[in-house]
Amino acid sequence: MSKGRYGIYGGQYISETLMNELYRLEEAYEHYKNDPQFNAELTKLFNEYAGRPSLLYYAGKMTRELGGAKIYLKREDLNHTGSHKINNVLGQALLAKKMGKTRLIAETGAGQHGVATATAAALLDMECEVFMGREDTERQALNVYRMELLGAKVHAVTTGTMTLKDAVNDAMREWSNRVSDTHYCLGSVMGPHPFPMIVRDFQSVISKEARAQILDAEGKLPAAVVACVGGGSNSIGMFYNFINDEGVELIGCEAAGKGVDTDRHAATIAKGSLGIFHGMKSIFCQDEYGQIAPVYSISAGLDYPGIGPEHAYLHDIGRAQYVPVTDDEAVDAFEYLSRTEGIIPAIESAHAIAYVRKIAKNYSPDQSIIVCVSGRGDKDVAAIARYRGVDIHD
Amino acid sequence: MTDMFKRVFDTDNKKAFIAFITAGDPDADSTVKFILEMERAGADLIEIGIPFSDPTAEGVVIQEANIRALKNGMTTDGVFDIVKRVREVSQIPLVFMTYVNPVFHYGYEKFFAKCEELGVGGIIIPDVPFEEKEEAAQPAAEHNVEVISMISPTSEERIKSIAQEARGFIYVVSSMGVTGVRSEFSAGRDAMVSSIRRVTDTPCAIGFGISTPEQAKGMASISDGVIVGSAIVRIVAEHGAGAAPFIYEYVKGMKDAVKEA
Repeated sequence: MSKGRYGIYGGQYISETLMNELYRLEEAYEHYKNDPQFNAELTKLFNEYAGRPSLLYYAGKMTRELGGAKIYLKREDLNHTGSHKINNVLGQALLAKKMGKTRLIAETGAGQHGVATATAAALLDMECEVFMGREDTERQALNVYRMELLGAKVHAVTTGTMTLKDAVNDAMREWSNRVSDTHYCLGSVMGPHPFPMIVRDFQSVISKEARAQILDAEGKLPAAVVACVGGGSNSIGMFYNFINDEGVELIGCEAAGKGVDTDRHAATIAKGSLGIFHGMKSIFCQDEYGQIAPVYSISAGLDYPGIGPEHAYLHDIGRAQYVPVTDDEAVDAFEYLSRTEGIIPAIESAHAIAYVRKIAKNYSPDQSIIVCVSGRGDKDVAAIARYRGVDIHD
Repeated sequence: MTDMFKRVFDTDNKKAFIAFITAGDPDADSTVKFILEMERAGADLIEIGIPFSDPTAEGVVIQEANIRALKNGMTTDGVFDIVKRVREVSQIPLVFMTYVNPVFHYGYEKFFAKCEELGVGGIIIPDVPFEEKEEAAQPAAEHNVEVISMISPTSEERIKSIAQEARGFIYVVSSMGVTGVRSEFSAGRDAMVSSIRRVTDTPCAIGFGISTPEQAKGMASISDGVIVGSAIVRIVAEHGAGAAPFIYEYVKGMKDAVKEA
């Protein structure tokens, strides 16, 4: 069996044309991850450009209202560009630059990863092209303009379901067309090895900080950490440094859309099955013949039919649990956090908030829960208004 | 090499013409007809594409054919049924081309047993590279089905290990990127083929982007055969169920060009 396995999951199911490039990427990463100068540069970018470390905020009002565990919010929404995506992008862009690449391509769903990639490309003087499903360019028009402002070219993908999965397809096609000067800056812990490892490592800064911050604030580890899961990058970042802390529950919140009993959801763990797609063996939403199913979520960032291989593994061994959260619950949580704490979360992150609202009371006041606010919700305001039937100009 | 592949490359000038068609585009009856028509026009091997929802190695032409076929209800079992109908009247060498998930999900064992029963001698799976091939190649071999290896312009030092283990024939990818008609090809094909020939006598067929008789002749002159897909699928896209005579003319012209190589 090939490299990059998490139990039976992972691997490198990709065209021959890309294999040597994956080896080069892995080799470069293994070299630079231990290079003090690379790490110093990346830390400087994290701290002075992206605004790290991000805050661990004690949500006092939320805690009192929910009446159970102390709720802490890991504020990835406060990062430059407004989400956790910048952590991975700065790491990969710097790595690509060291490899001599001059051009970054990326897929994006909600636009957060595309904006982050366009930002890093601008900063590091690299060309940038972003692939985005046409449906998402309409749902997230503001982010399209934002990427263009940053100097990136945005391709609206019109094949398939015209969402995140199709954006990944086209980004892969483009990469196989042009690997010599181009790095595919994959945005989640998915795809062929070494991507799930690289993205996880760069995102693990979230739990590295959070673990130290909660020990500082509470003197002990949290009872649970909670994060939303699409491909799974903010959640693996939030889980990673707690995996060996056996007493800490790890909870991922999947997009259940209109409900897991309907055909309009993106709840991979709840409804999917074992498959091989987008470079990895993992769990996917698919039909009886292995055709990838069209998935749905109000959240463009969670609207993906698969999940990263390490999550599939953590689920298999029972180390993490994955729960479905519907559109309705996420929108309620979006409004709830806005009103209660004065923090407008991304609709993706609102899935995690929604689940914490349900479970907080099951814990005692001397326990804590950390929930990752993976992004800010400015991008979603127009869509939520529409969801509520409010007509605003956007 | 199994008897089927020996037969494919055992032509007058030892150059094969390999034709691709997407099963179920526009419908099963047409696919059966197109396959028989391509055989009559001189194709030495037919590559039958099992449609997949997300064909990441394909350009727009074959992507759209996949979508049309799936929309019209084509399934893996439907493709087996097409082959069964072809086998009632023809012994033309056949291979499948599809992505790993439909095969994996069907079950490797069940899938390859079906191939053996219907006389499908090989399979091309572009998202299974050398490193991952065992899980498919082993159950395939038990049913006398060869998993065809691909070698691309970026393979470089990988050529040796891939070629050494290659079975059936080697699919030499002419260019970077995805399938689709093109006017320019990556440089260095001759060198690729010679590197392969230093390691193995398994035949090499070149594919990706070939559409004209001149291109076919040129590619065949440095290899053991050419593979044409998008150019044929484009004829189906244009003429639908009535494409048979156009496919016949086209394949005949290409086969004649390959003969001249």
